[in-house]
Amino acid sequence: MKARAAALAVCIFFLVASIALAQSRECSKPPAGRTPKYDPAIYEELQKAPEKARKRPNPLENDPDAVAAGTILFAQHCAECHGDSAEGTRKAPSLRVREVQTATPGTLFWLLTNGVVRKKMPVWSKLPEPQRWQLVRYIKSLGGPPRAAESPAPKP
Amino acid sequence: MAPFRWPVLFGIFLFVLLSAFSSKPVTAQENPYFVAYDHYLEEPGNLEIEYFSTFGTQRGGNDFHSFWTEFEYGATGWWTAEFYLEGQTTFHDSTIFTGFRWENRFRPLKHEHFINPVFYVEYENKNGADKIMKEGEGHDVESDFLVSNAEARRERIHEIELKLILSSTFKGWNFTQNTLAAKNLSNSPWEFGYALGASRPLALKASAKRCTVCPQNFVAGAEMYGGLGDRHSFGLHDTSHYLAPVLAWNIPSGWTLRISPGFGLNDNSHRFLLRWGVSREINGFGSMVSRLFGGRR
Repeated sequence: MKARAAALAVCIFFLVASIALAQSRECSKPPAGRTPKYDPAIYEELQKAPEKARKRPNPLENDPDAVAAGTILFAQHCAECHGDSAEGTRKAPSLRVREVQTATPGTLFWLLTNGVVRKKMPVWSKLPEPQRWQLVRYIKSLGGPPRAAESPAPKP
Repeated sequence: MAPFRWPVLFGIFLFVLLSAFSSKPVTAQENPYFVAYDHYLEEPGNLEIEYFSTFGTQRGGNDFHSFWTEFEYGATGWWTAEFYLEGQTTFHDSTIFTGFRWENRFRPLKHEHFINPVFYVEYENKNGADKIMKEGEGHDVESDFLVSNAEARRERIHEIELKLILSSTFKGWNFTQNTLAAKNLSNSPWEFGYALGASRPLALKASAKRCTVCPQNFVAGAEMYGGLGDRHSFGLHDTSHYLAPVLAWNIPSGWTLRISPGFGLNDNSHRFLLRWGVSREINGFGSMVSRLFGGRR
């Protein structure tokens, strides 16, 4: 009887949650025209990459399809948190900022591989190595100096 | 309808309902295993809903079809929790709800290493008719399943299961080794088991074009699992063992399909098991629920 009551409670929870999903699925995006600000400290994770990892060149640097493939991979695995154009959302920071764009391909690859588990960035080593390098090519292709609105908030 | 059937059926209904209401689909990069675990946890805030089936042959008795629904939630980057509802149909006998499980996996290390440990803790509240065969443990053998559902479900099992998952990814291959220790809380000895797995995507580079039936969307491999006896009689005697090729298809629309024919490796094992499953990941489930209750995540 207790097991049945527990199952009922779980079912009701998921039913309520499913209704909530339908109502709030657009809410995770920031309001139009506003880009969420991040503590620059979040980008300090990039500095933790070991020297050897930093110096790794992207083996797909000259692959003409890498950016296109990386674009698709980004939409599939990263856009939900970092935004459709990598501009950042409430969940995860922009990848268009100077800190990311000036990082070496090896640094970005290292961060993708290891994640920042304590700060909700998953480990992406489950993507095969070539796919992670394709993602790095895409992220670097966003390049150029960041627009003012996308810069992280200055330290107080 | 017998009153014990509805939770499983309702679980399946919720699976469809939640999936239909889900937000933007995300392509999950799921492993193909049914029994073995690798070291990858659910992404934080995401909910994965999974439905699995196992058809098994039974010598000297009736074949069976067991099924379970899993709700897998990424609580943090280092902690994934899962809730299971399970049941089974034994042909020419009956269909019954067999219980639930509460599973937690913890990743102790911050960074990726050559071998990555994950700690696994599970509580099972099930009856003796459980046939999902989610693990091989102790002296579980085929003949245990000869008991009728009516009789088997009278036995109530409260069990704690611990696993050490050691997993490694090398040149696209995943290799994983799970060691299991389980304790029925009703004064039974500790039982032991193992699971091994190896898998690899059919292509390592992603295609530059959007596609559904691309080699990179398929992950193939094999898993092997079985029991290792108990504290009083550790070893391979009177244990069952299985070898199963596994295949997963990660569809870009957000669904993952898995299939695995399994083969018993000794006389104590079921000769043949056919497993299949379907799952879907829902992004940002935690944030949505949080907002429902006025939070802001």
